[in-house]
Amino acid sequence: MSKFSQFSRSLAIVKKDMLIFYLKGPVIIMGLLFPFFLFGAFLIGRNLSHEYLFVALISMTAFFTSTAVGPTIIPWETRGKTFERLMSSPISITTVLLGDMQASFYFGLFITSAISLIVIFLHISLNLLIFIPAVILALLTFSAMTILMSSYPPTDVPADVMMLSSLVKFTLLFISGIFVPLEKLPLYARAVSAISPLTYLVDALRYSTNLSGYFPLWIDLLALLLFALIFFFSGVAVHKKVLERRFT
Amino acid sequence: MEDIIKAEHLTKYYGDFLAVKDISFSVKKGEIFGFLGPNGAGKTTTIRMLTGILKPSEGKIRIFGLDAEKNMVSLKERMGIVPEMANPYIDLTAMQNMMLIGHLYGMKKKEMKERSIELLRLFGLYEKRDKKVHSFSKGMKQRLSLAMAMLPDPELLFLDEPTSGLDVMSARLIKRIIKDENKNGKTVFMSTHNMNDANELCNRIAIINHGKIVAIDTPERIKRIGREHTVIEFSVEPFRFDKNIVPDVEKVKVMGDKIRIYTKDVDTVIKNIVNYARKEGLKIISLNTQKPSLEDVFVYLVGGKNE
Repeated sequence: MSKFSQFSRSLAIVKKDMLIFYLKGPVIIMGLLFPFFLFGAFLIGRNLSHEYLFVALISMTAFFTSTAVGPTIIPWETRGKTFERLMSSPISITTVLLGDMQASFYFGLFITSAISLIVIFLHISLNLLIFIPAVILALLTFSAMTILMSSYPPTDVPADVMMLSSLVKFTLLFISGIFVPLEKLPLYARAVSAISPLTYLVDALRYSTNLSGYFPLWIDLLALLLFALIFFFSGVAVHKKVLERRFT
Repeated sequence: MEDIIKAEHLTKYYGDFLAVKDISFSVKKGEIFGFLGPNGAGKTTTIRMLTGILKPSEGKIRIFGLDAEKNMVSLKERMGIVPEMANPYIDLTAMQNMMLIGHLYGMKKKEMKERSIELLRLFGLYEKRDKKVHSFSKGMKQRLSLAMAMLPDPELLFLDEPTSGLDVMSARLIKRIIKDENKNGKTVFMSTHNMNDANELCNRIAIINHGKIVAIDTPERIKRIGREHTVIEFSVEPFRFDKNIVPDVEKVKVMGDKIRIYTKDVDTVIKNIVNYARKEGLKIISLNTQKPSLEDVFVYLVGGKNE
């Protein structure tokens, strides 16, 4: 069976995920509101430039929306006894995960695009040739991260995965140069920041708003791409390894 | 006749637990093959190995002549599967569930829509096609599950407990459709613990117990396994029974206001029953002998205890 055929079948998974998990009023509203709440908490009491605020808002939006639902899809499906039905179809586990990843990506893209329109009111000059590829690569990376997050433990309790993924997400948020620029961090903290994919999005977005970055731009984009590949393929490998445990 | 499924020395361990132990069987083209066993016997594990959900710890499976382990994704294009307890998506409508399966099988949009309508009509769900499945009864969900499995018009159907827990009408409808599919040349592999279904539907059956196949043959031939036994069924009024009057029988079962006794020595048992009734002043309401049914043989083979 061709890879194209499997890819086109992954689009059916995207549609199913959208209908069941994403295109629900509360999910969309939370997707739109949550970054604003975080952003508000970050903004209050600080005198920051519009560029700085825009970078923080878009980074948080892309990160939280594309990782909002993804980690819990497989546990939900396992619990609802629909995962076995899916795996009984002529598709591989890679196809299922590719579909789940795309759903996270499209949801993140939709919400991040909507929030990005705020640029009109902030009167800042935005370099779209940097902004668009950086955001797309970052959304792919974060969506792939949800595949890895959902892989272990092979539980059918979505709350277990949500707890673990929230722990990872908030840790990454605080070490990625959103609240404190990388150049102001001590050396050891900068080393820790380097292992967070969010760091590279924040850095690339600073270039797109004419702020100075910490890493060269090509490093930011390359790092995002590498993280996406590592997250997806390691996630698929772990899912394959623990697949049987979801049915027993 | 061509073997559609050939399983050789299948074994499955869950950690240290041996769920299926060295079973071999084949299913011929156009057969309805029943897989019978009590709960926990290994039926679902076997179906999951045959459908690629679980990998056998040992053994080989060939489906349509191909190595199942190497070709499972493409083999599934020729198979329709109703897993045990696997539900349709309750947040999707019946039609959306059908279309999802159509897309996953790579069907053309027009074809999947027409076939979905045809099947939803066949299963009596057409009027509810745009209703979300969470409003469906268990029987409706099971009918939808079977419709989803039949959507790509597969040559081979795997049905894990297709009528389990259903109302009479849904169970009848499903059995009729399984028969019709079989008449149209489809091969069906079904697991069940319902003896009547197996007797009514299956060309051949395998009885599995504790992970091992204990019998495999046509229902009529399997019934002959217990031919040396006779079932004596009787009822007395007022209802009372002392097991000690029939000490050497195979099995005694209380069924409502009746007693069923499985024995090789009909003469002694009947005399004992009559003597017991006379001595206790009981009125014999009914007393008859019969050859074992498939259920009787099943109980005999899987080692049912006196109740």
